[in-house]
Amino acid sequence: MKQNSVLERLVNGLVKENPTFVLMLGMCPTLAVTTSAINGMGMGLTTMVVLALSNMFISLLRKVIPDKVRIPAFIVIIASFVTVVELLLKAYIPFLYDALGLYIPLIVVNCIILGRAEAYASKNGVISSLFDGIGMGLGFTLALTVIGAVRELLGAGEVFGYAVMPESYVPCSIFVLAPGAFFVLAALTAIQNNVKLAGERKGRDMSKVGSGCSSDCMNCSEAGCSKRFYDENTKAEEPKEETAIEKEEEKND
Amino acid sequence: MIKELLIILISSSLVSNVVLSQFLGLCPFLGVSKKTETAAGMGTAVIFVITLASAVAGLIYKFILVPFDLTYLQTIVFILVIAALVQFVEMFLKKFMKALYQALGVYLPLITTNCAVLGVALTNVQKNYGILAGIVNGFATAVGFTISIVILAGIREKMEYNDIPESFKGMPIVLVSAGLMAIAFCGFSGLL
Repeated sequence: MKQNSVLERLVNGLVKENPTFVLMLGMCPTLAVTTSAINGMGMGLTTMVVLALSNMFISLLRKVIPDKVRIPAFIVIIASFVTVVELLLKAYIPFLYDALGLYIPLIVVNCIILGRAEAYASKNGVISSLFDGIGMGLGFTLALTVIGAVRELLGAGEVFGYAVMPESYVPCSIFVLAPGAFFVLAALTAIQNNVKLAGERKGRDMSKVGSGCSSDCMNCSEAGCSKRFYDENTKAEEPKEETAIEKEEEKND
Repeated sequence: MIKELLIILISSSLVSNVVLSQFLGLCPFLGVSKKTETAAGMGTAVIFVITLASAVAGLIYKFILVPFDLTYLQTIVFILVIAALVQFVEMFLKKFMKALYQALGVYLPLITTNCAVLGVALTNVQKNYGILAGIVNGFATAVGFTISIVILAGIREKMEYNDIPESFKGMPIVLVSAGLMAIAFCGFSGLL
């Protein structure tokens, strides 16, 4: 597939760099709103709209925004779109607005959005940035819907509100409560760890696979969660630094 | 009045714990909880910033956004105020309170995009808290965060030398511990 083509971006967001399953970004909303499949899907789609619009806008403005104030500028753009989407939800889909509540305005601080702005939209064209946003958003929606469906199935015996389990099944309601979210995510990260270990044994490059929020989310404020994305660019520079240091050491010797 | 504030204090710190039942501030909760000392440091910094931020956000909401009918701008205004506030606090501490800066300085930049800070500011508005109640709510939320992060750090220190299945090493086992803690904290819901 051609780099940065529409299709490549969509596949990249859905599979290769799936924000939840592969990169492990934006865990707060993932845990909080996936009490049912419909809530997860609603949150995913809301985030997708914000992500696509903010990506497009940031890409349009990428040559205008000075480098030093780019993070505050991105945040203002993102927050504006979140406000727009919040008002739209309040007016047209009130049940979703009530279900998601506080987590809609909190999309502003979702790592995925600032991360994509910093890592992709601020460097690439408008069309590919738009589809990068849509692809990432679809990946996020897919992940939240699947997690929501699993929690709803185990916790209430239903999927999308339809009873799936036989009547003899006693719902394990802890899965729709707060502790269940942690257990589901623990299982998910364990599976991811397993896949990563297996891949490494076969000698594949698994450096993009994240291991929880452990370190990357922490860099949201400075690097926009994108240290991992940056690796490709910085690798080219690192050897030069090393050789410079080596030369200095040689001189000292 | 005092009774109301006390109820806010208990419900925000224990009953609806910010991390374990609302999932806000998960990143520092999972990322900075390897040692009890650093966890306590992070907790102190969070208490400091959230209390201050809820005071400032409350004042701005009441005296600027409401009179000018701009409440729909709250998300944008709050996030900018919080980001600026953290920067300002960092500069202020660096200049005038060296000892405090050395204790909290490392953690301050990490708090800028901590969703708990924005979450508290928005909750205060949503629940129609006055400025004082908002500050108490912010303080209590942050205390709840500190309690849970210190406990988790204690558990992680104990767990360090345990024999854990390979695929559960690292984040998964921490999440399982957090889940068990969340069950324990469910017990507080009978408190009020």
